[in-house]
Amino acid sequence: MDDLINTYFLPLFWMLLGIGAIIGVVLGATAYLTYAERKVLGAIQLRKGPNVVGPFGLLQPMADGLKVMFKETILPTKANVFLFIAAPVFTFLLALSAWAVIPFDAGLVLADINVGVLYLLAISSLGVYAIIIAGWASNSKYSLLGGLRSAAQMVSYEVSIGLIIVTVLIQAGSLNLSEIVEAQTGGWYVFSILLPMSVLFFASALAETNRSPFDLPEGESELVGGFNTEYSAMIFAMFFLGEYANMILMSAMASLLFLGGWLPPFEALSFVPGFIWFAAKIAFCLFLFLWIRGTLPRYRYDQLMRIGWKFFLPLSLVWVVVVATVKMIGGAS
Amino acid sequence: MTEPVQVLVRDKDGHEGAPFTINLGPQHPAAHGVLRLILEMDGEVVERADPHIGLLHRGTEKLIEHKTYTQALPYFDRLDYVAPMASEQCFSLAVEKLLGIAPPERAQVIRVMYAEISRLLNHILAVTTFALDLGAITPALWGFEEREKLMGFYERVSGARMHANYIRPGGVAKDLPEGLLDDIEAFCDPFIKFLDDLETLLTDNRIFKQRTVDIGVISKDDALAWGLSGPMLRASGVAWDLRKSQPYDGYENFDFDIPVGTTGDCYARYLVRMAEMRQSVRIIRQCIARMPQGRVMIDDYKVAMPDREDIEKSMEALIHHFKLATEGYHVPSGATYTAIEAPKGEFGVYLVADGTNMPYRCKIRAPSFAHLQVLPLLSKDHMLADVVAIIGSLDIVFGEIDR
Repeated sequence: MDDLINTYFLPLFWMLLGIGAIIGVVLGATAYLTYAERKVLGAIQLRKGPNVVGPFGLLQPMADGLKVMFKETILPTKANVFLFIAAPVFTFLLALSAWAVIPFDAGLVLADINVGVLYLLAISSLGVYAIIIAGWASNSKYSLLGGLRSAAQMVSYEVSIGLIIVTVLIQAGSLNLSEIVEAQTGGWYVFSILLPMSVLFFASALAETNRSPFDLPEGESELVGGFNTEYSAMIFAMFFLGEYANMILMSAMASLLFLGGWLPPFEALSFVPGFIWFAAKIAFCLFLFLWIRGTLPRYRYDQLMRIGWKFFLPLSLVWVVVVATVKMIGGAS
Repeated sequence: MTEPVQVLVRDKDGHEGAPFTINLGPQHPAAHGVLRLILEMDGEVVERADPHIGLLHRGTEKLIEHKTYTQALPYFDRLDYVAPMASEQCFSLAVEKLLGIAPPERAQVIRVMYAEISRLLNHILAVTTFALDLGAITPALWGFEEREKLMGFYERVSGARMHANYIRPGGVAKDLPEGLLDDIEAFCDPFIKFLDDLETLLTDNRIFKQRTVDIGVISKDDALAWGLSGPMLRASGVAWDLRKSQPYDGYENFDFDIPVGTTGDCYARYLVRMAEMRQSVRIIRQCIARMPQGRVMIDDYKVAMPDREDIEKSMEALIHHFKLATEGYHVPSGATYTAIEAPKGEFGVYLVADGTNMPYRCKIRAPSFAHLQVLPLLSKDHMLADVVAIIGSLDIVFGEIDR
């Protein structure tokens, strides 16, 4: 009996605790990302942002959450109800499940699998299904166009993200995220031969998460709300939360792959716990997301595709060759 | 319910199928009011754009036929509600022409100053919402900060932020309050700074240029043939401005330039509007510098209300007040087409008077109406996102299109 407890139930308990902790942290961060977005945009646009609910408006995310929960879920006539509801649930699930392989600190990871990067790629490429299903199931022309745009966009940028990650893999020599971070102990990859790739990765991350200036799928001035035009109440909130969780995920990936994950910038600062550095780096990336949204107009659909296929893809492909060559010559000498 | 019959058409590649139509508006964030646009699409490319209007029709022209000239004036605030005083000025000029009177000099300078403030109000909204249509959200909020100050100036002369009813036949309603000129002067420099800031966000922005250069091009000849005016015409390279070609209210005494574009695309229209704002500030500064003293309303009790003190002292003034307040003034028979350079283009009033106290006919020539009709021409073979950019660059307001 003791064996059974020690072999199965105790690990299961710890695992569930870990999952619960990650979900709690990610959801909390997502909620406060919406608050941060409104505050940062407010500062850029010479206004205050939320400042009424709670001190400095800090309870605004709770108020918003309550609001969407009590709203009526509107199902459009002739919509495919099952898929219509399944799509946001799917988005939300994917956004959360990707966090399983993210190391928050040295050894602080739920599943330290050897192909962590591949897992992340697989999960993030599934996200497009939810969007195209939502666009189709809504039975609305705006949603359909938004869904199509989004599918094309995410697939295009997935390719260049894949190649960019390959350059990191060559440099680090591992698919395990913890080992990739450890490999950056001497110097972060953003300050190495991979600098152009880190810029490309960030731009692709903007496109992958449908954020400005690549926010065409939901370009409100053209398609009203894109694929989520017909969504309301909690199912809309699921899309919304999923999207913001994806932003955090992409920032976390950028931190892990290029900004040295939980490593401190200087050895002298290593007394600060690693997960704080990790959180600070994610926050920095997220701030860039918001800053860009406050500054730039939106690309047009064909321009976006052109950048993806004719600029990002060839450049990342060339860089794979360059990094591989440098690595090979460096390894031989 | 019967299913609508769908007509099979062939696209340019020879494929058969029903055209994919999108109903853009009237409740669409980029429709600039209540524009309803039926778009026939080939994928993302617009084959045909069909604007539908009339959703804001209030019968202004017919209503004016049953109102005295004094009562008709506020309707003009509600035409181009983005720059209300410009329309007021046009109607006032038309009535003055029929009456054969001219406002005092101080009133004219005040009118010019407020016409240019209206131009700023209009162009800020036009440029920043244009940027908003392209996905840049910050300019709109910066612009509204400045518009708020300008509306404050409206409020200080007339008591209303939008529907001022301030420029009236014979002059302006009230003299400027104390200190207003200093405040407008103090507004000018920071405003130029605001324009510079706005340009750093947009003018050289690569994405902004990619979205606007060579989009919605209209040639010089087409622009003239379709009856365009104002920034729409000047962006196509025609240096036509009624303030220069047939000056009114003393515009000939002011020193300003006419910005002219060369390419006739959305970007040129944006640049022309930005440059015009700088010229407007120049005119406002000249108005402040040379503001003459004297009356702001014509000294004629047949048209203008008597002063309050006179009403208490003079029987004659009291009678005039009674007559003006109850039946208004009579305008001698005649017809006039009077046009001004409103911020959006040539705003004209064709006014027919029959000797009574009400206009016989009042036809309004709204620039937005003429500009909207080129939308199908401009948006053909462009993408959906470009149509939104083109609507933004047309700078239309439905108050004056539907009247």
